[in-house]
Amino acid sequence: MTRSANGGLSLQLRLERESFTFDIEVALPARGISCVFGASGSGKTTLLRCVAGLETEAEGRVSLGETVWQDSARRWLVPTWQRRLGYIFQEASLFEHLDVQGNLDYGLRRSNAPADAATLAAAIELLGIGSLLRRRPEGLSGGERQRVAIARALASQPRLLLLDEPLASLDAARRRDILPWLERLRDEIALPMLYVTHSMEEVARLADHLLVLENGRVKASGPAGEVLASVENPSIVGEEAGVLLSGQIALRDELWQLSRVDFPGGSLWVRDQGWQAGQMVRLRVLARDVSLAVSEPRDSSIQNQLRAVITAVIADDHPSQVLVRLDCSGSALLARVTRRALQALSLAPGTAVWALVKSVAVIG
Amino acid sequence: MSEESVLGAVTLTLQLASLSTLLLLIIATPIAWWLARTPSMWRSPVAALVTLPLVLPPTVLGFYLLVLMGPDGPLGRLTEALGLGVLSFTFTGLVIGSVIFSLPFAVQPIQRAFEGMGPRPMEVAATLGARPLDAFFSVALPQARPGLITAAVLGFSHTVGEFGVVLMIGGNIPGETRVISTQIYGYVEAMRYSEAHWLSALMVVFSFAVLFLLSSIRSRAGRLL
Repeated sequence: MTRSANGGLSLQLRLERESFTFDIEVALPARGISCVFGASGSGKTTLLRCVAGLETEAEGRVSLGETVWQDSARRWLVPTWQRRLGYIFQEASLFEHLDVQGNLDYGLRRSNAPADAATLAAAIELLGIGSLLRRRPEGLSGGERQRVAIARALASQPRLLLLDEPLASLDAARRRDILPWLERLRDEIALPMLYVTHSMEEVARLADHLLVLENGRVKASGPAGEVLASVENPSIVGEEAGVLLSGQIALRDELWQLSRVDFPGGSLWVRDQGWQAGQMVRLRVLARDVSLAVSEPRDSSIQNQLRAVITAVIADDHPSQVLVRLDCSGSALLARVTRRALQALSLAPGTAVWALVKSVAVIG
Repeated sequence: MSEESVLGAVTLTLQLASLSTLLLLIIATPIAWWLARTPSMWRSPVAALVTLPLVLPPTVLGFYLLVLMGPDGPLGRLTEALGLGVLSFTFTGLVIGSVIFSLPFAVQPIQRAFEGMGPRPMEVAATLGARPLDAFFSVALPQARPGLITAAVLGFSHTVGEFGVVLMIGGNIPGETRVISTQIYGYVEAMRYSEAHWLSALMVVFSFAVLFLLSSIRSRAGRLL
């Protein structure tokens, strides 16, 4: 039986549906954002509904820290309303018969924790909805509705926040509006979150831990950077295979408008976007933006060059290509190259190479 | 004398309709909730039973109720044993008959409202810490308001307009069971056409007003949803 050591969420669940079997066993950390990633129909929403206790037919065990929410073997099931969790549904789920303030009060008044006006005030401030309190839900934009729904969930002082593709019903511009609020949530309150998404962009920006589901089963689970860099699962993300690196802004070159980010395996130059030296950032390096050279390239336009050693070569989605996993002084990188190049350069595990990084996305 | 009896019939009709509407809402709401949400195999038979008064001739319904509530019927024996006397030909009997007769008119709009709402609002309420009963009163009922209003208006007006059931189980006793519809019938039997005209015209105006009110409620609810 899975038990998390540090008070996290431990799940062991089974649910039979007509054309679908959901069967997972996984432990998730007590802190930060755990992203649940997978194609539609992979069981992401089912997982969230089981954790919330909304899927009463599921069998198994669910516990958060010391609190057991479900244990079918002992016929134990804590109803949803006693679980102290927040649930953000995919589509707007505000109560249409109440205004924004009424919606926020609804959760606050029923929270098992002592009602605390400061919590609500903090949630209103955190989500920037102070000016909307007297408005009716039907008069709000999709992004505003989701922010109110998140604040309403926070006001009930949950121990765990569940988010089911909270951005899926929004257009790209609204999505960019909400993502910074979610990042604030992650950085400013110590509330564990389970975040369902099928967007790699959201995973890259938000995930601390990554759980990948496929056909109702766990395909991979671990720290986001490790799962993304593992070549065992290149097809998880298809075209978007790549790695996440955490780094620090080391210096800014104002003449060329560039910043240097140092990470454990070296450093990369990125476009300067007004960061402060010393600021922590996340870097996303896609496998398709990394090419390989066996000798130091002196006349390449690509200035980001890292020394690395090949650790593994694995088949990619298309037979013409492979994914090459590199060890860059302790940090993992992925490079996508053709099989022909692999043979022409005699690349194999153990070969020392130069990784040429054509483009780096800096994500907050 | 005639004016007095008209006033008595109108008052009695309004009393009967108000009391029946109140009871209808109390009885129909849980039935509608159950019908809208249950996966039970009993759903269809119960739905058919509730709808039965819609298609049965009122005299058939009234006849069975008369037999049930009469001194030899099971319900009549029960009420007599409880010291309540026989309910046929009383106002109480009339209320029971009206509630059963108008039940489908109250259940269906409320059921539609609950069905249209879907399971999501109740799930949201549960994740916010609301017990099921709390969520029912704080979320489901307010969201079903247009359905409840429609049910009340339909139940009220349907009771006002009923005739067959009233005649069968109520007879036509002034001040006890004589309502507008039976009063009109009495006038016609007695060839007092001008009084019959007045009361009939009153019913036409009332019915029109009710239907007008209903359609404006519907269009407002439509804008909200």
